[in-house]
Amino acid sequence: MDIALDTVSIVKAGQFLGAGISMGFGAIGAAVGEGFVGGYANCSIGRRVGMASPYTRTMLIGQAVAETSGIFALMVSVLLVFGDFSANGICAWTATMSAGICMGLGALGSGIGAGYPAQEALWGSARQPALGGQMTTSMLIGQAVCQTPAIFALVIAFMLMFKNCSGLDVWPYGASLIGAGIAMGFGAIGSGWGGGMAGGKACEGMARQPRLRSPLTTLMLVGQAVAQTPAIFALLVAIMLISIGPQKGTLLTSAAMLGAGISIGFGAIGSGMGNGVTAQGACEAISKESSTTKEMLTFMLVGQAVGQTPVIFALVVSLMLMFIKFQIPATIVGFCALLAAGISMGLAAIGSGYGNGDTAESACKAVASNPEGKSGILPLMLVGQAVGQTPAIFGLLVAFILMFGSYSGPATLPAAMAVLAAGISMGFGGIGPGVGNGITAAAACEAAGYRPEERGLLMRTMLVAQAVAQSTAIYALVIAFVLIFVV
Amino acid sequence: MDISGADLVRAAAFIGAGIAMGLGAIGPGVGEGFVGGKACEAIGRNPEEAGLLTRTMLVAQAVAESTGIYSLVVALLLIFVV
Repeated sequence: MDIALDTVSIVKAGQFLGAGISMGFGAIGAAVGEGFVGGYANCSIGRRVGMASPYTRTMLIGQAVAETSGIFALMVSVLLVFGDFSANGICAWTATMSAGICMGLGALGSGIGAGYPAQEALWGSARQPALGGQMTTSMLIGQAVCQTPAIFALVIAFMLMFKNCSGLDVWPYGASLIGAGIAMGFGAIGSGWGGGMAGGKACEGMARQPRLRSPLTTLMLVGQAVAQTPAIFALLVAIMLISIGPQKGTLLTSAAMLGAGISIGFGAIGSGMGNGVTAQGACEAISKESSTTKEMLTFMLVGQAVGQTPVIFALVVSLMLMFIKFQIPATIVGFCALLAAGISMGLAAIGSGYGNGDTAESACKAVASNPEGKSGILPLMLVGQAVGQTPAIFGLLVAFILMFGSYSGPATLPAAMAVLAAGISMGFGGIGPGVGNGITAAAACEAAGYRPEERGLLMRTMLVAQAVAQSTAIYALVIAFVLIFVV
Repeated sequence: MDISGADLVRAAAFIGAGIAMGLGAIGPGVGEGFVGGKACEAIGRNPEEAGLLTRTMLVAQAVAESTGIYSLVVALLLIFVV
């Protein structure tokens, strides 16, 4: 089989790959979100048959908004199918494929997220039929904010597609463009999804307690805005990778740029979702106990801020990978080490970010169930969150060791795969314990809400349980160390 | 870079070890966290049974740990034995 590789064919191949990835992934989120909406529309109509036509109208409006991210993905796909980007140089093949990755994955979270406000608005109108029109407005506000990450992804996809990179080399500049797509695509998932969850609970609360419409809207918007932070970090990294990506460099530079994208892209998923879950808990809490509105804002913001830690670790590793000139040999071992640093940090941040959010969610609800006991719940939440940070810290540690290793041994394939596997082990291995730690601390906070006098006992039980749940993260760390230092 | 058959086998064993330990750690972490959470919940409802509940929690977590230990064993086998 002879393969004749001219620029036009290579770029076309990249475009078609990107088109498939964009539409394939991009179709998931919107459809799931619309399915939620349709399902609840049926429930609501079943409950109030006479209202079939207004509910159908609300359903279609809600579904139309959820469709947005799917349409973005379609648009990028169509441009990639029919456009000709070969004039932008050979790098255009990675640029166009990366645009597809960016838009396809970037549509996922926003599509699913947009379903929650619409489903709760419909179900809420069925419970309180008098609210019909109001609920549609609240739904639209909740849905609008969670579209932001998909819009970021669209912007980056366009920047990638229309970037003129003629004269630049695929290694390292093309690799840096792929890093940008990975950063923004994955980085948009958590913020879109989490923002939607917050919007959903706010709509549910407004239906239960119409007089709380304005505090709930405020809490929802603040919570959603903070939950956008991880997506904004991803956007910044993606823009940096596109605009000041390295024009010259070795294969090592390429690995660093890919690693930078992977670190922030995956690292943003957990914190984005966790922040959204926290906002959801705060909205649910004030709709149960409206006297706590003021302290709830503080509680939510503290919980969200701590939940931001894992994505900040990921941002730090991304920036280091982009801007530090590493003193490691430019061999396949060095290449794998920098890639593995990104994998270790990015993946290990997912669990801690989500778990932290889950803890803060339950802390908010516990404050609502026992407003006087809030001073006892705060330390429990903060200790629980801090311990839940451990897997992300392990991920950071392994990333540092990988970035600053000496790699003096011979550059063989086994040596390279050993460092790559160290990143895979620590990255994936950090996810479960991070989530599990969060679940434990969440339940401890909730229990402290109705049993404030047992705080000490609960704190002790929580710490024992969290320590045990940490064990597999420790195994993953040990295996990573063995792979780096022993073999 | 010359790659012999033995190199390829060793490289694959290392990647296998990383995948085994990495993915294998997800389930026990979540499962044990869930058990711990439920234990806190139960102690909140019934503090005088804290000792019994903690014991039950640890037994359950130990069982949930087993697949994590299998992953660890497989990873160590792949690195050192084969």
